[in-house]
Amino acid sequence: MKREKGISLGRKLRNHMAMGAVIISALLVIASLITILAYLAVRGAGSLNWAFFTHLPRPIGESGSGMANAIAGSGMILLIASAIGMPVGIGSGVFLAEYGRNRFGNFLRFTADVLNGVPSIVIGITAYSLVVVTQKHFSALAGGLALAIIMVPTISRSTEEMLLMVPHSVREAALGLGIPRWRTTVSVLLPAATSGIVTGLMLGFARVAGETAPLLFTALGNQFWNWKPGHPTAALPLQIYTYALSPFDEWHRMAWAGALVLILLIVGTVAVVRLVTARSVYRVTV
Amino acid sequence: MNAMPKFQFAEQRALAPVAVLKPKRVVHPRSSRFADPCFRVGMAGCSVSLLVIVGLILLELLTHSQMSVHRFGWQFFVGTNWNPVSGEFGALPFIYGTLVSSLLALVIAVPLALGSALFITELCPKQLRSTVSFLLELLAAIPSVIYGLWGIFVLAPLLRQYAEPWLADHFGWTGLFDGPPFGIGMLAAGIILAIMIIPIIGSIAREVVLAVPSSQREGVLALGATRWETVRLAILRNARTGILGGVILGLGRALGETIAVTMVIGNTPQISSSLLAPGYSLASVIANEFSEATGDLYLSALFEIGLALFLITLIVNALARLLVWSVTRGMPARANV
Repeated sequence: MKREKGISLGRKLRNHMAMGAVIISALLVIASLITILAYLAVRGAGSLNWAFFTHLPRPIGESGSGMANAIAGSGMILLIASAIGMPVGIGSGVFLAEYGRNRFGNFLRFTADVLNGVPSIVIGITAYSLVVVTQKHFSALAGGLALAIIMVPTISRSTEEMLLMVPHSVREAALGLGIPRWRTTVSVLLPAATSGIVTGLMLGFARVAGETAPLLFTALGNQFWNWKPGHPTAALPLQIYTYALSPFDEWHRMAWAGALVLILLIVGTVAVVRLVTARSVYRVTV
Repeated sequence: MNAMPKFQFAEQRALAPVAVLKPKRVVHPRSSRFADPCFRVGMAGCSVSLLVIVGLILLELLTHSQMSVHRFGWQFFVGTNWNPVSGEFGALPFIYGTLVSSLLALVIAVPLALGSALFITELCPKQLRSTVSFLLELLAAIPSVIYGLWGIFVLAPLLRQYAEPWLADHFGWTGLFDGPPFGIGMLAAGIILAIMIIPIIGSIAREVVLAVPSSQREGVLALGATRWETVRLAILRNARTGILGGVILGLGRALGETIAVTMVIGNTPQISSSLLAPGYSLASVIANEFSEATGDLYLSALFEIGLALFLITLIVNALARLLVWSVTRGMPARANV
């Protein structure tokens, strides 16, 4: 038999072209990320100063304008959202992992996925008609509730996955000692899965921290300080949105500064998660 | 089903609390007879709340959109005139804008996302792999308002000065790139959306590709295939259903994206065949007009748009989920974590 000598030129060429395309597309994606981050760093850092963190927004033409109230407002809204969304999300994850290995569980899992895909603006107008209309007030509470709704499916999913990663023998050992089921879950399974669950919580937090659309008709925004959860409240993403669409250069600079602060908050959260999970046993991403 | 290779470690770690919890007294069965059902019901309550929320969303949208539904019927979705002053509401320009910007995003995003996923799984050196994955994740973590900001002040001027005149010169004959270059418009919205959905499609494609059994890969390689032929024959052919699921999931995200699109699409309710022209999308019209909607009919029309958006994304996401599930369910380990 005559031996073919290597791979034909056409096949070689096609191989190189395809692999080149693969490399180029990966480079393009990474380049777009780097451009976005670089613009944020350069434009944001250029307009960031101490007043930004300590002062209220001031009228155009006055210097020393800041977003202190928006940062505090975001903090309050996120606190409300976490206080509602995290316990419910964890509880839901526990139910799905421990009792949800059946049809009903599958249905709830599917519901969580559906809720995860609902556009945030739709959740915003629902929170508006549920809370704002009945209370006759735009409020941090309504904004927090909208963000909590967005948080729950993510947290539920990750909690369930982390609980399922605890080996079955641990569950059996605890139950074999005569510990009731609820106590097994609370004192054995949840502590064993803590690092993974916390990762899920922080990713859920990072996801809602930058949400703007659900806050438009719920928290509304505010030019002044507000510490009451029942009143309109400023939020960092809302302020960036308003300033970016304004016609003033001064406000555009503020928007860039706000965006830098926001991205640092979010990337910081994600990076901490990444660092912690890289060392721990329970990995979230491969 | 979740047989992770790291199980031994997990066991050691998880066993520690058990040792601490040595029960010194006998647990009375009576207490657990009461506490267990309580615990179960409480957790079930948390989980069922998901169902309640979805139900409430649907209920609110349905009740508030009644007026508009009765008044316009199906005409609402084919009418092209959106004029709050004269009380005429036709949503076709918004539906058109949403569809075109999302499809444009898919056209740009799918090859790039698939390429990056293949890069991570097939070509990337082992040491770089987690870094590249991390960068892809980071792209998903950037909030949409920041994409919008970048779109207005960086992307739009670039498009206006360089890309759009060039497209009009060379591809103007297709009719897709007519008219003056605004920078802001359908093309800008499509590009921004594409960048936003690349990480979604990319990470699912990566998972699905990793779920292809290595025996498939080895079999094709053993027949003397080149790298590209291996990818095409062993990987893409096996993973196509899952990848399609990821693409549809990305589509669902693009259809519902609000803030970034609102900032760059131009917010003009018109149907133009040119991608350079400004448009409007379903989500954007809610974001822009909801707070200043005067009159019940106007508000009701906006709620009906919300309802349409909800139903569209519901169907799209359900479809995507079923596809992804059908692939990853039968697969060994790797998937989904």
